[in-house]
Amino acid sequence: MAFLTDRKRATGWGAAKSGTEHFWAMKKSSVALLILIPFFVFTFGGILGSSFEEVQAYYARPFPAIIAALTLIVGFKHFNDGFQVLVEDYVHGIWEKILILGMTCISYGAAAVGVFAIAKMAL
Amino acid sequence: MPDVNRGNRPLSPFMIGPYYRPQLTSVTSILTRITGNALIVAALMIVWWLLAASTGPEYFAFANGFVTSWFGDLVMFLSVWALWYHTLAGIRHLIWDNAKMLEIDKAEMLGWMVIIGSGVLTVFSVVVLW
Repeated sequence: MAFLTDRKRATGWGAAKSGTEHFWAMKKSSVALLILIPFFVFTFGGILGSSFEEVQAYYARPFPAIIAALTLIVGFKHFNDGFQVLVEDYVHGIWEKILILGMTCISYGAAAVGVFAIAKMAL
Repeated sequence: MPDVNRGNRPLSPFMIGPYYRPQLTSVTSILTRITGNALIVAALMIVWWLLAASTGPEYFAFANGFVTSWFGDLVMFLSVWALWYHTLAGIRHLIWDNAKMLEIDKAEMLGWMVIIGSGVLTVFSVVVLW
């Protein structure tokens, strides 16, 4: 057993068998967001309130556009993983499935809309 | 297993209610979940604002008018605090995940750092971005 890592020993246990993967996915996205969020707050926050032309010009620049796109992709994935845990804790039965499926559609949909909008301004 | 008791077992008491007094660690933990999930409001507003900015000047004027209205400003202000709170609380979880600082005095110190730190970062963000 000494050759196995703690994570390897935990993987595949529990009722759903996938809890370790879920935990690890949220840990990865949380560390990514730790880097992305400060950049996003001060790029998006800086341009919010500007005119249409200024916003167009700003998101035509690579750095703000890439930061915003990455933050939306990783952020909505992290949100969806976290919302799933919230629902699993408090809602059971058919509504548990409906809420998880519905919020997954909203999360991926919103991330896709945001990335599309940024790409349209950037290109 | 035909004689297994399903669904009628005693459950451990829920953290909110008559069984536990509110504690710094439990309240800051509940706030982590509330802030994280509440950020969906600002996130969807930002996506809408970006979509409007990529669509055209008229639609941008409409969406930007809403996002920068007093209501939009209020949502964004609260969301900046929620974002910093959730970020600092997330760092706390990354520390705890390594089985570090789980002693009560250290865990409570981390709780105060999350509360005070999120306030300081919110004021800093508002001052810089005003």
